[in-house]
Amino acid sequence: MPDFILKPITALGHDAPEVDTVGPWTITERADIALASLALRRGRLGDVQTSAAAAGVPLPPAGASASGAIYSAFWMTPEMWMVEAPYASHEDIRAHLLPAFGDAASITEQTDAWVRFDLAGTGLERLFERLSNFDLAKAPAGAATRTVMEHLGCYLIKRSDTLVTIYGPRSSAQSLHHALIVAAQSVL
Amino acid sequence: MSQSNRIAGGLIDRSQTLRFHFDGLPYTGHPGDTLASALLANGVRLMGRSFKYHRPRGPISAGSEEPNALVELRSGARQEPNTRATVAELFDGLTAQSQNRWPSLKFDALAINDRFNSFLTAGFYYKTFMWPAAFWEKVYEPIIRRAAGLGSLTRLEDPDTYDKGFLHCDILIIGAGPAGLSAALTAGRSGARVILADEDFRMGGRLNAETFALGDQSGAAWADAAVAELASLPNVRLMARTTVVGAFDHGIYGAVERVSDHLIEPAVGKPRQTFWRIYTQRAILTGGATERPIAFENNDRPGIMLAGSLRAYANRWGVAVGDRTAIFTNNDDGLRTALDLQAKGVDVVAVIDSREGGDLLPGIRHLRGAEVIDSAGRLGLSSITVRQANGATEVIKANALGVSGGWNPNVNITSHHRSRPVWRDDIAAFVPGSGEIANLSVAGAAAGTLSTHGALVTGDASARAALQSLGLTVKAVNLPKAEDAPVRITPMWYVKGANRAWIDPQNDVTVKDIKLAHQENFTSVEHLKRYTTLGMATDQGKTGNVLGLAVMAGLTGKTIPDTGTTIYRPPYTPVALGTLGGRGRGQEFKPFRLTPSHKWAQEQGAVFVEVGYWLRTQWVPKSGETEWRQSVDREVLATRKSVGICDVTTLGKIDIQGTDAGAFLDKVYANTFSSLGVGKCRYGLMLREDGMVFDDGTTARMGQNEYVMTTTTANAVTVFRHLEFCRQVLWPDMDVQLISTTEAWAQFSVAGPNARQLLQKVVDQDISDAAFPYMGAGNITVGGLRARLFRISFSGELAYEIAVPTRYGDAMIRKLMEAGAEYDAVVYGTEALGVMRIEKGHVAGNELNGTSTALNMGLGKMVSRKKDSIGMLLSQREGMTRDDGLRLVGVKPVNPASELKAGSHFLKTGAVAKAENDDGWITSLVYSPHMGHYIALGYLKDGANRIGEKMRAVNLLAGTDTEIEIVSPHFIDPEGERLRA
Amino acid sequence: MIIHHPILGPRDAQEFVYLGDASLIGRPDGMTASIEEFHNYTYLRDNPAGAHRELWYHEQGDRSWLVVTRNTVTHEILQVELARDVARAEGRSK
Repeated sequence: MPDFILKPITALGHDAPEVDTVGPWTITERADIALASLALRRGRLGDVQTSAAAAGVPLPPAGASASGAIYSAFWMTPEMWMVEAPYASHEDIRAHLLPAFGDAASITEQTDAWVRFDLAGTGLERLFERLSNFDLAKAPAGAATRTVMEHLGCYLIKRSDTLVTIYGPRSSAQSLHHALIVAAQSVL
Repeated sequence: MSQSNRIAGGLIDRSQTLRFHFDGLPYTGHPGDTLASALLANGVRLMGRSFKYHRPRGPISAGSEEPNALVELRSGARQEPNTRATVAELFDGLTAQSQNRWPSLKFDALAINDRFNSFLTAGFYYKTFMWPAAFWEKVYEPIIRRAAGLGSLTRLEDPDTYDKGFLHCDILIIGAGPAGLSAALTAGRSGARVILADEDFRMGGRLNAETFALGDQSGAAWADAAVAELASLPNVRLMARTTVVGAFDHGIYGAVERVSDHLIEPAVGKPRQTFWRIYTQRAILTGGATERPIAFENNDRPGIMLAGSLRAYANRWGVAVGDRTAIFTNNDDGLRTALDLQAKGVDVVAVIDSREGGDLLPGIRHLRGAEVIDSAGRLGLSSITVRQANGATEVIKANALGVSGGWNPNVNITSHHRSRPVWRDDIAAFVPGSGEIANLSVAGAAAGTLSTHGALVTGDASARAALQSLGLTVKAVNLPKAEDAPVRITPMWYVKGANRAWIDPQNDVTVKDIKLAHQENFTSVEHLKRYTTLGMATDQGKTGNVLGLAVMAGLTGKTIPDTGTTIYRPPYTPVALGTLGGRGRGQEFKPFRLTPSHKWAQEQGAVFVEVGYWLRTQWVPKSGETEWRQSVDREVLATRKSVGICDVTTLGKIDIQGTDAGAFLDKVYANTFSSLGVGKCRYGLMLREDGMVFDDGTTARMGQNEYVMTTTTANAVTVFRHLEFCRQVLWPDMDVQLISTTEAWAQFSVAGPNARQLLQKVVDQDISDAAFPYMGAGNITVGGLRARLFRISFSGELAYEIAVPTRYGDAMIRKLMEAGAEYDAVVYGTEALGVMRIEKGHVAGNELNGTSTALNMGLGKMVSRKKDSIGMLLSQREGMTRDDGLRLVGVKPVNPASELKAGSHFLKTGAVAKAENDDGWITSLVYSPHMGHYIALGYLKDGANRIGEKMRAVNLLAGTDTEIEIVSPHFIDPEGERLRA
Repeated sequence: MIIHHPILGPRDAQEFVYLGDASLIGRPDGMTASIEEFHNYTYLRDNPAGAHRELWYHEQGDRSWLVVTRNTVTHEILQVELARDVARAEGRSK
């Protein structure tokens, strides 16, 4: 077996995730989350619900996210969720989930398909009103939606009034990061 | 001259002095001034020259309806033409220039046009510059553009940034005059999410320009208090300097916020303007009303303005436009101006009231039944000629004249969905037609309720109705007592006998032009507008339109409502294109997608090419290479000789799972995939329903119920959309799940005779031909890291595509280059990729052009007729299956030294180069370093049977006619031995 | 325009991709249909001034295909359904 280890870089192209502070807001790149999509096979809702409960994978309703002890998840499309888990322990997240769900679900690794930014601080709705048509102010904590920001299809999860997660296409990490920073600056 | 026309009072901050320049001369003003109010305070009435006749012009209004006082604001790259001085907020250091004059505003050489006015009437251009046609572009248009025009562009890049955004509210209130403030208080106190937008920098609307009281407060003080209360409510967003410019479908409104226009330049990181898309549940238009003039001979001199504006300058800005002021009115509101000015100590020399009889104003020379029939004054008004009721005429010295022809409700936004306004005789004005804009109500003067009391009451009522319809509880609001004067107007549009009486001063449209249009039968309002240009340009006829209609109605003998009205369209006031573009400019026009090897490629000095959002390596120049061909030829030859590496992450990858995944692929691909073995790939051809080829790519079966589909880079999104359509709509019960994994994997093609040796050094498994044969696919590991390997080739060489999780892509390209050093491995870009696929005869974008079938591409046998698939049946149509139809062929020049030209068409030797002799065309063309000459692919009629035929490739545009030979499209390794090595 | 997504509620039409007439749901079986029949399915459309059933795809949302009944004159949206439900109701299966 070849004797080497490949060294990963973050979506923004660095060794370590980037953290930026603009006014009251902190924008943090997150490289420590593993992702997999989980889709029901036809007619297997019962099996998937049982398996999910046993494995501790939440299956939130449309437009929502939910957290468990290890796994969190947000709704993507009818009968499909994105499952989040700590990267350190679940780097090959699909290998963790497959045994739990067997052939009742289709599971696809998504970890590196996305770049994740967490935005923390008060008044985030003022920042996002420059980026997205999603009504963040009105949305309850736990709301999750797909939305367009600067032409990029992203997932937005409102964890709380002061914490929002954005998943955007990883290849456009720099463009998305730039958009977040510029929007923050123009609000201040 | 220091603010000689400034009088007491007004809503300006006299404790601060602002310095500014107009046409190079220094002036001063105060915070709260507009450029127009400050210039008028300094005794400057002349601010511009008219569009066609270059007549001296000054402001006629004090708001956004201004047609005349257009200036070039600021200088250098920030210079903005056609800015209305009446709404340009004064700031320290402001500079402005007058426009459409040469050499100076006071002496304009082109004022000679005014002498030739009889030639420059409506339709002048249509009639005069008809012949010769060739003269239009080169001769007439440049001259006209120079002579007739507005401000000039700097041609410098705009240094400012613009922004855009999205807002949500229960109730949007458009306009913050008495009706808007009243509505906002009612809605805001009841807890609704409210946005109150106003184009002015100071909210209050006409309350700031009037002297009457609301309760025991002045109007302006009441407005200030209302604004302060609204500002304290967390559910209310106040947006001053924000113009709602359009009403769009389903409660969406567009608004421009002028974030920084009142500053000398925007603060760092701040946009100049922001375009907001506002999502509303309800909207209330409280946009007020605009006064209109009465047309009389020479009514366009500086110093002649709308009476309500004259009053606004006095009350709000503490400016007396002249020291001898006259008023010309057909209604009671004009009298109010006279009284306010008199109270301010301004000498009101006469009130010329076109109405006969009635009370006379005390202490003022009030002429009933009189008309202003002419004016005089070279660069500004010096006197008016009045015809009294008894027919006697009199010249009255005056340097300011306020004209009031009545007030037009600002119905504009209500017309944005094609609702036509309706006429009300009692106020002699159009009011909004019944609501074609769902969930929009209109209150106050905009609805034709022209008293302050009426504005407060209807604003409140509209808010209540909106709240109730939203299921919100209404809290009571005590409205103050306010003036409630009735509208008393006797319509009078223009003075009989007037000719050069301006209706639309911005476009120099006079009564005479409308008469001419009528005479030439352009009597419909839409024709009238286009023939005379009435109501066009920056003011969109806010002051002139109704007047023009009334004149036409008089000429045709119809009523005004029967004459009709043109419809207002968005935007309400002009919007800079930069604002609509927002941040999407230059490098930020669109986002970029970077490949996993981008960082490495940048370090190598790679040249990148934009492919959609992607930036792909086009070629990687080595030192000493000065021409792109040198790099590309080297990359091709090195790959064919040893090994080359290419980042192919951009190809779309779709994970397809489910117990029906194979059956699903059989539906969407023309060929069969359900029979593909696990651990194998197959080239797939996807058709559109009309039988044309849609996309192609390799799909691998990774498990019993698991496939990975590859699409072209260009079609990744549309193929996914199509698959979702098939899955959800056409075969809704198939057990298939889809998700894109394009970005999840960094994928590299490793091609060339040494591809296997190289890869064997980095992968952990045996990849010998026996263990991993041609078209194999599987999960492997790279230094223990999970990876995927596909043995597929686009170049015609022994080749693999290897994929690792994207975060390892950077390390992977470095590892591959390190491992490949002993084989002189190169990275090749999209150009070399293109050369090699043409050498191999693979179709790509140029051949997959949306009008080609599988049969055209020589892939007709791939379309299985044993199963139903998208496009299968229609691909069998008679016209598409002709034996002598277009077929993909290879092309080479008979003389290897000849250059072939892209776009050439195939002609038989000796055939005349015309369309009926056209036998096909070149689709893709390259210089092949492998062959040592140009090669091409093309579609040729009956091409399969013409291999070996000598023909010509003719390009009439390039002037080339080259002898060619038709050959097999496979220039390299036609038997595919290299692939299987 | 605002499309009231049956699952997600009001969403801006900007998030959607328009395909066209919902008659595209009724795809004939290529193994049994005549070319004539398939030609009509592929090419022939009504162009009503008024209510029109059309397919929209929530590309920047949840990827649902929808059948939107829209008045082409006023843009009023009269009904929005999941295309999958409509397809099943019209007898489509595998």
